[in-house]
Amino acid sequence: MRFFSFASRNSKELLRDPLTLLFGIGLPLTILLMFSLMQKNLPFDLYNIENLTPGVAVFSFSFISLFSGMLIGRDRSSSFLIRLFASPLSASDYIIGYAFPLLPAAILQSAVCFFAAFFLGLPFSINALAAIIVLILIAMLYIGFGLLFGTLFTDKQVGGIFAIFVNATAWLSGTWFDLGMMGGAFKAIGYALPFAHAVDATRAALAGNISSVFPHLLWCIGYGAAIFYLAVWIFRKKMKG
Amino acid sequence: MINIEKIPLSRGVININAIEINGLTKNFKTRKAVDNLVLSIKKGEIFALLGQNGAGKTTIIKMLTCLLTPSSGDALLLGDSIITNTEAVKQKINVSPQETAVAPNLTVKENLELIASIYGNDKHIARAKADKMMASFGLAERAKDRAKSLSGGMQRRLSIAMALISNPEIIFLDEPTLGLDVRARRELWNTLSALKGKITIILTTHYLEEAEALSDRIGIIHDGRLKALGTVEQLKTAVGKTTLEDVFLKLTESEGSL
Repeated sequence: MRFFSFASRNSKELLRDPLTLLFGIGLPLTILLMFSLMQKNLPFDLYNIENLTPGVAVFSFSFISLFSGMLIGRDRSSSFLIRLFASPLSASDYIIGYAFPLLPAAILQSAVCFFAAFFLGLPFSINALAAIIVLILIAMLYIGFGLLFGTLFTDKQVGGIFAIFVNATAWLSGTWFDLGMMGGAFKAIGYALPFAHAVDATRAALAGNISSVFPHLLWCIGYGAAIFYLAVWIFRKKMKG
Repeated sequence: MINIEKIPLSRGVININAIEINGLTKNFKTRKAVDNLVLSIKKGEIFALLGQNGAGKTTIIKMLTCLLTPSSGDALLLGDSIITNTEAVKQKINVSPQETAVAPNLTVKENLELIASIYGNDKHIARAKADKMMASFGLAERAKDRAKSLSGGMQRRLSIAMALISNPEIIFLDEPTLGLDVRARRELWNTLSALKGKITIILTTHYLEEAEALSDRIGIIHDGRLKALGTVEQLKTAVGKTTLEDVFLKLTESEGSL
């Protein structure tokens, strides 16, 4: 149960950082509100709440990647990890300890996002719960990215990498525009990566179209497993110097 | 190499080896960071490792704390190998790294409780140990303050308290007073002096007066090799210099072994 103490520490580190609340919850809510207002003045149906909510919920997970990456990066640059590496904690204790506290944060993000969407006109239905369950699985992919970033880079570098990552996830997710609008190659790249699949899976769940969820979700699970494996492999290597 | 085999045992030092290093070597690609280190450190001894930047001190500490796998050789820490029995070694040691290495958003007490629980103590014992450590290290008044709000000197004290809370038999202090003002450094020296004889302490430092004030013996590392080993007085006599600084400069400038 050593990982539990470590996970508890990581929860406190995350929740006591005001940036977590500001970017993790405040920014997605602001985006949701702004684009909903924009939709009211648009002559065509681009940002309707049924499509926007899953996109924003998935987008907000990129901050989960930032938080986990920054936490691990900071632990590395402050030598806190050296202290822990010299302790009896095992590699799996670290990975669970870093990943575990982020899952409740991701669930909270999704719940807040959907709660706000109900106020903005999203019809209340059981499908929203299904969408949140899908989002929990997708969150693991973003947590994996965070672990990888934190394992490879320092906290200062993670900030720069995140700027690229958040743009890539935003542009290639199909949240803000249809990927086909940018041409076939752009769409192909988008669908070769997991971000558009994450949004499509959540949209399908929210629409109650369960059979369409799984093909997209499989992409996310596959990428998530590969990213996690890579992060753990590199982490183990770094533990041994 | 200067090696004074006869070791005068200071107060509390027991004539049993806490650390036995045998041919420890670490290569980084073509560079030999540590070259065939052979050394024994007694139980309860404060042992200072001195050397210029890049001499190999931190690499030695990293190997002894199982953070780095040696290229060859081995070391026994209280009988357990750093290569084949790392789990047992890790239960007996603790480390205070060069940076303060505290969790910034955790309070002083939470930092201590975290380390205690990672080393297998339940919540109640961890709490009791944290209280005891805070009292010993003058941190009790700041128990509920976040670590990041502490001064550099207080963070150092917390860092060392975190290293001691697991009741280690051997503790590694990498540059424990780096960046501290004179008063904070003296306070920390007093803390470390009080530990003399109770646990084995291996410290690295660039402050020669610190090594002189605290340590029972000194090892001078240069280019990954142990150039000299002995008490301050033994080294001064052997090199024919009156200050430790002159001894250090002489040994780290010379090409061949003395």
